[in-house]
Amino acid sequence: MADDDLGRLSLPVGERDHAQGPADAPVTLVEYGDYECPHCGRAHPIVKEVQRRLGSTLRFVFRNFPLNESHPHAQHAAEAAEGAGARGRFWEMHDTLFEHQRALDDQHLVGYAKALGLDPVAFEHDLRAHAHKARVRQDFVSGIRSGVNGTPTFFINGVRFDDSWDPDTLTEALTAAAR
Amino acid sequence: MAAMMHTSHVLGAGTPAPEFALHTTPDQVVSLSEFRGRPVILAFYPADWSPVCGDQMALYNELLDEFARFDAELLGISVDGAWCHVAFAHERKLRFPLLADFEPKGGVARLYGAYREQDGTSERALFVIDPGGVIRWSYCSPVGVNPGADGILRALESLKAESARG
Repeated sequence: MADDDLGRLSLPVGERDHAQGPADAPVTLVEYGDYECPHCGRAHPIVKEVQRRLGSTLRFVFRNFPLNESHPHAQHAAEAAEGAGARGRFWEMHDTLFEHQRALDDQHLVGYAKALGLDPVAFEHDLRAHAHKARVRQDFVSGIRSGVNGTPTFFINGVRFDDSWDPDTLTEALTAAAR
Repeated sequence: MAAMMHTSHVLGAGTPAPEFALHTTPDQVVSLSEFRGRPVILAFYPADWSPVCGDQMALYNELLDEFARFDAELLGISVDGAWCHVAFAHERKLRFPLLADFEPKGGVARLYGAYREQDGTSERALFVIDPGGVIRWSYCSPVGVNPGADGILRALESLKAESARG
């Protein structure tokens, strides 16, 4: 069995994804992340920084990879982001969650939705009914099949990035991939 | 890319998997032959307590449902002692056995070609063993790189497809 294609993105970036930046950008950065993971929390401003540096050269995509055995609030937080996403507010919720990693219980999640101007009753109903669970699971399974090995895991143009994701190293790798 | 980063000497596909019996807790021993008739995933890793969340064992812990679809048994294995494994498994809430390749140290890792003399630990080496006890896939990752699970799942799928063909 050939193993050359281990650590490759198995589900191509497409319509289903939450993306920032032009669809025809020369480089696409995909992050598999968990809203309760402290490393992802550290990566959040770094991603913003490389987005600023690369501008329209970069498209950024976020997919959910909640580690439920380690992080009790990760699943609901992911579903909350998707719930906001279903109402066109994914990125606002995404930022809010990473900026409030220590307050991700349901009560706070509903509060964040309300602050974004979403209907808190409908939002809470979705959360309780796990309306977005299947979508989160789809992200998770696509991550496993791509060789996600913890959170955050990054893919640059479909190839798992195993190097350090400090801003300079990441910028360098993205710039090289964009050439 | 993998070949460029690492030359591995781990036992390859087609080799009968060497038998072993190791402690998983201070009073419980697990042997490979107990799982004859089912696929076994043998995951060597360097050490308990690596300081990241979502490390290799924590990741596999999230995937037990996926492995169960293939009726596969997952065994983690490192040179840490049984007491260490008990504490680690408890702290990380791991729901699969960790085997202590502790005395003689790394003895089983050596049998599988997965011992790192220079570090005194095992490699990050993965083996998928078929129900008849033969290694069907193996992979040795650079020690700093958690290999994930895509290779394991692919190997399990191809085993299943084979057995379906009879």
